[in-house]
Amino acid sequence: MADKIKFGFLLTGGCAGCEMAMVDLSENLLGALEHIEVVFWAPTVADVKYKDLEAMEDNSIDLAFVDGMVRLSEHEHMVKVLRAKSKVLVAFGACAALGGIPGMANVHPTGELFQQAYKDTFSTENPEDVYPQPEYLLDGKYNLTLPAFQDKVRTIQDLVDVDYFVGGCPPHHEFVAKAVELIISGNLPPKGSWLTSGKAVCDVCKRNPANENMERVPVEHVKRTVDGHPEEKGCLLQHGYLCLGPITQGDCGASCLNVNMPCRGCGGPIPGITDYGAKAVSAIGSILGSQEAVDELMEKFPTLSKLVYRYSLPASRLKSKA
Amino acid sequence: MEFSPNIVGFACQWCTYAGADLAGNLRCKYPPTVKLIKVPCSGRVEPEYVLDALSKGADGVFIGGCHFGDCHYKEGNYKTDRRMQLISKLIQEFGFEKERFRWEWISGAEGKKFAEVMTEYTEQLKKLGPNPVKEGK
Repeated sequence: MADKIKFGFLLTGGCAGCEMAMVDLSENLLGALEHIEVVFWAPTVADVKYKDLEAMEDNSIDLAFVDGMVRLSEHEHMVKVLRAKSKVLVAFGACAALGGIPGMANVHPTGELFQQAYKDTFSTENPEDVYPQPEYLLDGKYNLTLPAFQDKVRTIQDLVDVDYFVGGCPPHHEFVAKAVELIISGNLPPKGSWLTSGKAVCDVCKRNPANENMERVPVEHVKRTVDGHPEEKGCLLQHGYLCLGPITQGDCGASCLNVNMPCRGCGGPIPGITDYGAKAVSAIGSILGSQEAVDELMEKFPTLSKLVYRYSLPASRLKSKA
Repeated sequence: MEFSPNIVGFACQWCTYAGADLAGNLRCKYPPTVKLIKVPCSGRVEPEYVLDALSKGADGVFIGGCHFGDCHYKEGNYKTDRRMQLISKLIQEFGFEKERFRWEWISGAEGKKFAEVMTEYTEQLKKLGPNPVKEGK
């Protein structure tokens, strides 16, 4: 092994859960640190400023991870700078790769989001209708600025070239370990690939009826998890809970299914899928056994896009017009 | 110039495609707005194709299949119907008008119906105007 790999990690619009997944590597991370030199890790670990990253030479970082989506002008700026400074850029986690949970905001206009966040929530008191402004002149002489809120949530790929993708919200630590191993060993797949096994959640799910040679039966009644506890055994999809396991990357080891929750698709699409939500509709639509089941689904999930694109709305083919 | 909609059509080879053939044989007239793609079964049309067509600027997407009970593969058209109801809802949530996506059951004997549906759909889309993703292009 020659020099250490120079590593950067940037959190944009995320919750820092992906960073926790890195820390969850525990002793594996210690092992990896022998090969890795952290040159940039902001804003969670190291206290660095824009200018510190901007001052680095282009292509001086060997490997950079971005977690989080792009919503603010600040995110956009930092992602673009980081891309210029890095040789390999990895979109790490569901937000960076697909837009993630915050991406669901894309079906609402900005005004509605602000109204909810700064006015309507029950713990908010805002009688003067103060909303965040990108610029403000205080006392007539101090020009204060905030990062500007952009119209839509975007993925990292919408802005810059991304070399590899890692799914998961957050990525499962065993799987992160595999990705880190791959990177250190240098046995990387072609650019643009997901650093995953390529297997679906059903493939690793203990509840899969195929394991017991059972046939697939159509679903007559659609259920939500709030309607009651899903059964401990058997395929949740067959019980009527809309599980997205058939089309989601299963590097998580079906961890949600192991604790009785249907898969919601954070792992990202299995290979060959061009639009996650459309494929979800395809899978769900074909398992519904009757028109009544379709009506029930429409009634129980009033905003269908938030079910089928829960983690991937900004990566959808149809960019929202709202 | 008058706006002429661009319709991407998927037709099942057993019914609607044969219906379109018959429309030709019968010399039925309908506007040249639809680009028909033959598929083995309407159930073969992936929702991804519909979104793909719309996102690339098709003004309307049409799917034609067999009447219920007539499917060559027994239940392919039921599958189409269920999936497409969901897709129809999905595109509306993304801000597309409901009329941009339509599916019909047209048998191989209904050449006239095929021509009528195409004429009517074209008129409907003319009133609606171009696909918003084209932004006036």
